[in-house]
Amino acid sequence: MAAKISVRNLAVAVNKRLILTGVDLDLEENTIVSVIGPAHSGKTTLLRVINRLIEAQRELLRSGEVLLDGREVRRLDIDVLRRRVGLIFATPVPLPGTIFDNIAYGPRLQRRHHHHQLHDIVESSLRAAFLWDEVKDRLSTSALRLSGGQQQRLCIARTIAVDPEVIMMDEPTSGLDPISTAQIENAMRELKRRFTWILVTNNVKQAARVSDRVAFFLSGELVEMGDAALIFTKPKDKRTDDYVSGRIG
Amino acid sequence: MIIRPLAWQRIVWVALAAMTLFTLVVLFFIIGFIASKGAHVMTPEFLFGMPERMGKEGGILPTIIATIYITLLAIAIATPIGVGSAVYLTEYTRESPVTSIIRFGADALSGVPSIIFGLFGFILFVIRLRMGWSILAGGLSLAFMILPTIIRTSEEAIRAVPYNLREVSYSLGGAKSQTIVRVVLPNALPGILTGVILGMGRSVAETAVVIFTAGSSLLIPKSLFDPARTMAVHFYILAREGLSMERAYGTALLLIVAILLINVVAYSLMFRLTRKMR
Amino acid sequence: MREKLIERGLLLVAFSALAMLFLIAYFIFREGVPLVAKVGVWHFIASTHWAPSRGQFGILPMIVGSLEVTILAVVIGATLGLSCAMFLAEFAPRGSVRVLKPMIELLAGIPSVVYGFIGVVVLIPWIRRTFGGPGFSVLASAIILGIMILPTVIAITIDALNAVPPLYKEGSLALGATRWQTLYRVQLPAARSGIIAAFILGMGRAIGETMAVIMVAGNALTMPTSLLEPVRTLTSNIALEMGYASGDHQAALFATGMILFVIIAILNTIALVIARPRT
Repeated sequence: MAAKISVRNLAVAVNKRLILTGVDLDLEENTIVSVIGPAHSGKTTLLRVINRLIEAQRELLRSGEVLLDGREVRRLDIDVLRRRVGLIFATPVPLPGTIFDNIAYGPRLQRRHHHHQLHDIVESSLRAAFLWDEVKDRLSTSALRLSGGQQQRLCIARTIAVDPEVIMMDEPTSGLDPISTAQIENAMRELKRRFTWILVTNNVKQAARVSDRVAFFLSGELVEMGDAALIFTKPKDKRTDDYVSGRIG
Repeated sequence: MIIRPLAWQRIVWVALAAMTLFTLVVLFFIIGFIASKGAHVMTPEFLFGMPERMGKEGGILPTIIATIYITLLAIAIATPIGVGSAVYLTEYTRESPVTSIIRFGADALSGVPSIIFGLFGFILFVIRLRMGWSILAGGLSLAFMILPTIIRTSEEAIRAVPYNLREVSYSLGGAKSQTIVRVVLPNALPGILTGVILGMGRSVAETAVVIFTAGSSLLIPKSLFDPARTMAVHFYILAREGLSMERAYGTALLLIVAILLINVVAYSLMFRLTRKMR
Repeated sequence: MREKLIERGLLLVAFSALAMLFLIAYFIFREGVPLVAKVGVWHFIASTHWAPSRGQFGILPMIVGSLEVTILAVVIGATLGLSCAMFLAEFAPRGSVRVLKPMIELLAGIPSVVYGFIGVVVLIPWIRRTFGGPGFSVLASAIILGIMILPTVIAITIDALNAVPPLYKEGSLALGATRWQTLYRVQLPAARSGIIAAFILGMGRAIGETMAVIMVAGNALTMPTSLLEPVRTLTSNIALEMGYASGDHQAALFATGMILFVIIAILNTIALVIARPRT
């Protein structure tokens, strides 16, 4: 089966600094892939190359290929690409406005929906993110009043509302309490049937909890990638072993 | 006699405070003086009545209407151009020779004295483009006078919008123009509005530009091409010709009150809207 | 694509400010240059005879008048303004600054004609009583202008003082200097370029001011020899005679505007160059 996302020999330099070197990996559909590694390994850059958000940077140099369903992402319409591959940031960024407006923002960009259609989309997205029950009575209140965990689930719901195929998350639970963290990890598991997940995380335990496959990055290089069960128990590379057991990090 | 540093600082503090106090006293004196002499003139007949005998008697209604028309026109012209320029400078370009040139244009324009705008408006709008002394000519000239202010405040406001809000829109598939209209501008609205309202304040106060482009007719203007006399111009004519000191004070008071209100609205709007964003 | 069109459109809009500037310069110069060519640059700038009906267009009295009034106004405005700025930036209690600063900015909102009027009604009689003379004078103009440029000078100076790296200030205080000593020996020199820029911009404002000056300056066509004599500035000249000028006379007024434009452009450029932050 062809991989959902394929990265071939990707190298990226920003402002004359090399961030990623020779990255090769495949992501299968409907799996949860964790990207782990210490800070400044290039994990966030990888995500931003996939949805081309990195192109807002000046002095960007890149070589290699990134394929979505076999097609190079740079040849796709950039707006379409970003709808198909969603990104959730480390700090939740609700848009100023109501909860409803936040979720409806993406669909409204298409301008194709009637109000009752929007309401259906908002409800199903919030349900998928396990947030519906908590906010269903206050959809027209400000999204800024939600707690951190709720805001992050809001961001997830917002992304789901544009019906993506892949959802990338950049350390989504790093600032959240354990309960919110568990809720988000739960959502990921439940929604594996619908989406492919890429999770960048500094938290090795979290990666062990949720992932099918794990990719370990160190200083811009993909050191090792394998099934979750094997990476944590029998890593092939010594550096991987050092990282997952806490000797480096 | 050597003065100890701390004693010297005391002396300096008093001196500087006195200067500051003097400045404030001047401000309050001006406002108080006008208010005291003009307050009793502010009757409904004055505010809503027509002038008689060239302003020696009667009210100032045409000037109030004229001021409103010209100011609104100036804002209507200057705001889209100003916000558009600010959007271009912040969203579409990085710092480059092009942006420096554009910014130089705006800065230089802000240094041009009002009388030059008056001359220019006269020769271009009134004469060459045959608008005659008109609200249109006045509004256009005023618009370009307040344009640099609007560009500057809009640019600041737009830059202040946090970058990650834009990224959210982009990662949901938003195009640049959609992101600007749906996320950036609504967030920058308080700052932009403040600049616009401050521009309004300047338009109301302006005399030299208006007198050469809109004329000094005391009739109520009915169309864009009618000449009109604004409050500031009327005040100037009353005072200079010595027609009616009373009504001069009254007009001046109305002017000051209007400008004060505009400034207060600008600042409180900025406060309130920024708090709503939290 | 639609996005490209929007970008191109906004580029055009952004150039409008620049375009306006050139348009203004073009029209003013187009009216003024032929006249200066006709009567000769030397006659225009150096002759003291302004008699349009006899074809004499010497603006020297107005140039001197403008310079005198402006320089004195800047002296007054700078002294007062620098003091206020120093007080507000360093010595005033924090809370009061938030109230005082907008109040001073209110000064900027008062129409120039109102300043002129107050000048006529309050200042002129006072000058007459205290110093003699007609009252309408260089002194009156300078005082009124000095007050009018205060908000500009104060605001820019405060910004310049605040822009001094806190490290300088803290270093000096840590060595035991008083706040005044720190201000005087460290902050002011560090902010010098910004402060000078403030003065120059204030100068630009003062020289361009018209309405207030017309009301208090007296507008006599003579070279002012003392501070108490009436004077006519370049701006007053334009404003007073534009209403009924035609032909060469009108062109001469545009030429006066030209000179004004050039002087202010030079002043603003100097301010820009001086205020450029040094590494």
